[in-house]
Amino acid sequence: MTQAASKRDGAPFDAIALYTFTGVAALLSILATAFTQDPSFRFHGYVLIAGFVTAFFAMSLALGAGKLSSDQSRYADGVIRAGVIATMFWAVVGLLVGVVIAAQLSWPTLFYFPELPFLNFGRLRPLHTSAVIFAFGGNALIATSFYVVQRTCKARLAGGAWPWFVFWGYQLFIVLAATGYVAGITQSREYAEPEWYVDLWLTIVWVAYLLVFLGTIWKRKEPHIYVANWFYLAFIVTIAILHLVNNAAVPVGLLEAKSYSAFSGVQDALTQWWYGHNAVGFFLTAGFLAMMYYFVPKRVERPVYSYRLSIVHFWSLIFIYIWAGPHHLHYTALPQWAQTLGMTFSIMLWMPSWGGMINGLMTLSGAWDKLRTDPVVRMMVVAIAFYGMSTFEGPLMSVRAVNALSHYTDWTIGHVHSGALGWVGFISFGAIYCLVPWLWKKDRLYSNALVEWHFWIATTGILLYIAAMWVSGIMEGLMWREYTPQGYLANAFVETVAAKHIENVIRTIGGLMYLSGAVIMAYNLWRTVRLPSPATSELATPIATPTPALAAAE
Amino acid sequence: MSERERDDHSGTETTGHEWDGIKELDTPLPRWWLWVFYGSILWAIVYWVLMPAWPGVSGYTKGVLGMSDRADVVRELDGLKAHRQAGEAKLRTASLQQIEADPDLQAYAMQVGQSVFGDNCATCHGAGGGGGKGYPNLRDDVWLWGGSLDEIRHTLEVGVRSGHAQAKGETVMPAFGRDQMLTDAQIADMTEYVVALSRRKANQAAVTRAAQTYADQCAACHGPAGAGDPARGVPNLTDAEWLYGSDRASISEQIWNGRNGVMPSWQARFSPETIKALAVYVHANAGGDAEPAQAAAKEGVVAVATAK
Repeated sequence: MTQAASKRDGAPFDAIALYTFTGVAALLSILATAFTQDPSFRFHGYVLIAGFVTAFFAMSLALGAGKLSSDQSRYADGVIRAGVIATMFWAVVGLLVGVVIAAQLSWPTLFYFPELPFLNFGRLRPLHTSAVIFAFGGNALIATSFYVVQRTCKARLAGGAWPWFVFWGYQLFIVLAATGYVAGITQSREYAEPEWYVDLWLTIVWVAYLLVFLGTIWKRKEPHIYVANWFYLAFIVTIAILHLVNNAAVPVGLLEAKSYSAFSGVQDALTQWWYGHNAVGFFLTAGFLAMMYYFVPKRVERPVYSYRLSIVHFWSLIFIYIWAGPHHLHYTALPQWAQTLGMTFSIMLWMPSWGGMINGLMTLSGAWDKLRTDPVVRMMVVAIAFYGMSTFEGPLMSVRAVNALSHYTDWTIGHVHSGALGWVGFISFGAIYCLVPWLWKKDRLYSNALVEWHFWIATTGILLYIAAMWVSGIMEGLMWREYTPQGYLANAFVETVAAKHIENVIRTIGGLMYLSGAVIMAYNLWRTVRLPSPATSELATPIATPTPALAAAE
Repeated sequence: MSERERDDHSGTETTGHEWDGIKELDTPLPRWWLWVFYGSILWAIVYWVLMPAWPGVSGYTKGVLGMSDRADVVRELDGLKAHRQAGEAKLRTASLQQIEADPDLQAYAMQVGQSVFGDNCATCHGAGGGGGKGYPNLRDDVWLWGGSLDEIRHTLEVGVRSGHAQAKGETVMPAFGRDQMLTDAQIADMTEYVVALSRRKANQAAVTRAAQTYADQCAACHGPAGAGDPARGVPNLTDAEWLYGSDRASISEQIWNGRNGVMPSWQARFSPETIKALAVYVHANAGGDAEPAQAAAKEGVVAVATAK
């Protein structure tokens, strides 16, 4: 057996390098924790020590047992299985925090704990957004990209043990970010709240991710690079650039948690929203389009609708998205010409976004009956429909006249959630429903009926959520701009808050339904993993034989 | 190795590539998609010609319509000012008492006052002026800084500990515990004394022990009987209204920490007419103190009743 042979070769170079890296990191984190005067920094120092020391001992044991060699004839699926578990874990955590803060907004006196500052809305809100975007979404993207790039390149992941570093390093980033928020450590940049040292750590992890991904494409055995990989690569590269520029900051001291941004004033605002909007474009759109381009054709067993459309909409999306950020700063100190550019590029972005929707939906042509028979397909198709709806709503809201009404209102929250719950959530759930039987070598999911329940509860939840936010958003927008005949504002802010109580309650119910769906899914997946496997199957998939689409064949 | 084949369902050729069983059709771009895309680009170009759009080395393209957000804002604010002027002119010459007496003027002042109160005052005093812990209730009969129309207007103008040259609140409550002026035991006794002042049941031994301390430390401001002093904003300790809470823990905390409230001066932000309207609104809405003239009349009534 080749596997047995490689075990005897001793530890490979990549594992030794990672082992050394972990040891040095453990040492540095102990020194930093010992010498810092800043209690916040020390708190995170303990988190880092716990992470690195545990990793160091785990690697010592693994190296001693000769476990860290990689068999080049098989796909590296262990790290993907871990990624799927992490994805579901963070999905439930992130959605739960979302329901809690929705309840805080609905019943502010019931969920208000002045003595427990970490339960304050201001700290839980970034915890929710980061947990769903970066922890749930990020893990879904990393796991599926590792799966897709191997299958479509017919090559094992590059870097030996380093994909595991990407996985665990990313979890450490999440834990640092999340504990930082509740402890009040933040640089107060929306969707980029973690402080400078956490940003540096993410940079290291992200570069490793890029190298693993590029290395796998480099050694591919297919002549061409599949469209899903273009989108994954655009996602990885652009997020790296956005992250580096927006987080440029000067720390107060090398052993201090606090830092100050390199930007100030309106330049700061524009940098932040260039980052913020392209996080939507390249994290939540490009990355999940990559997921769609693999899992939809694979699951419905039909060819992708149009190769030409995929090229044109890919490049137009990449080129136009990067300009659209200023539409977050309409009617502010940002010069009007910049607002014009942000708005016009957002309008031009409409069709490039819809190109992805057309390619996803039309791939079903010839297999529309699967919408009826396979709830997983239905989930992915509804995801694409929500993608189409929110990429129409987005350009609409970027129009200055519309934005004058919609900005700062719940309408924006509704828009974000039709994209996040409908598109990002459902396409990820669909991909994971596909992946779990494939990765754990089962011939089916535990229960299709539970997928149906998940689908209907979650879909109803999304509709309740976004409908409530449309109503309350437009209502508060109109209330804010209403003047009395005497020429004074008609409504006090607190009155507009009180006016949307019912909508807030409906939003909480919608969120709770979406969370319930995810819990049903987690249970279904857990039972699927525990199903008996076909006697002949081995967990590691040999590269020579393409994975049979077992679940799709039901 | 790549061989184009024809898809049975659509009749379209594939590109001949295949990845993990996934093929691609060579379908041309949907025409409607392409035309809408071109249309949106054309629309953007037209918009750039009309509106401020592209930056250059020094300045930007102004657009042929000559639109400018900054000019719009200035024009709209000027328009609003002019619109308000018409109404405010009515309040300019009238005294506060005249405004309150004239139903038309009063109705106008109440509408302006309500709007301004909601946007500026409700943040602390609550919607409707109900107050909260540390923020005075404006709906009751208890006034720290006086409740007549003129007193309310003055408080609005100069604020309390606001940094304004004539700000109210020179007298401050010391932090007896934090600044170690009293021991914890003395504060515990004093808490009982204050409870007793408000005619509630208290520990008599503690009250006796605290009597001398009260006379030394507190009576100068709060008065020997705890009646307070509206001229200096010193709260009355004998009534049922408590700014920082009436329970023992709250009273003890206030003696220990000595919090002193702050209210901004609104003079720089509002026109004198707006402040007049606010004063009338707060006075009427909150059932403020009777005006001196009316008060005299009331006292007369009482005097008459007593004489009978």
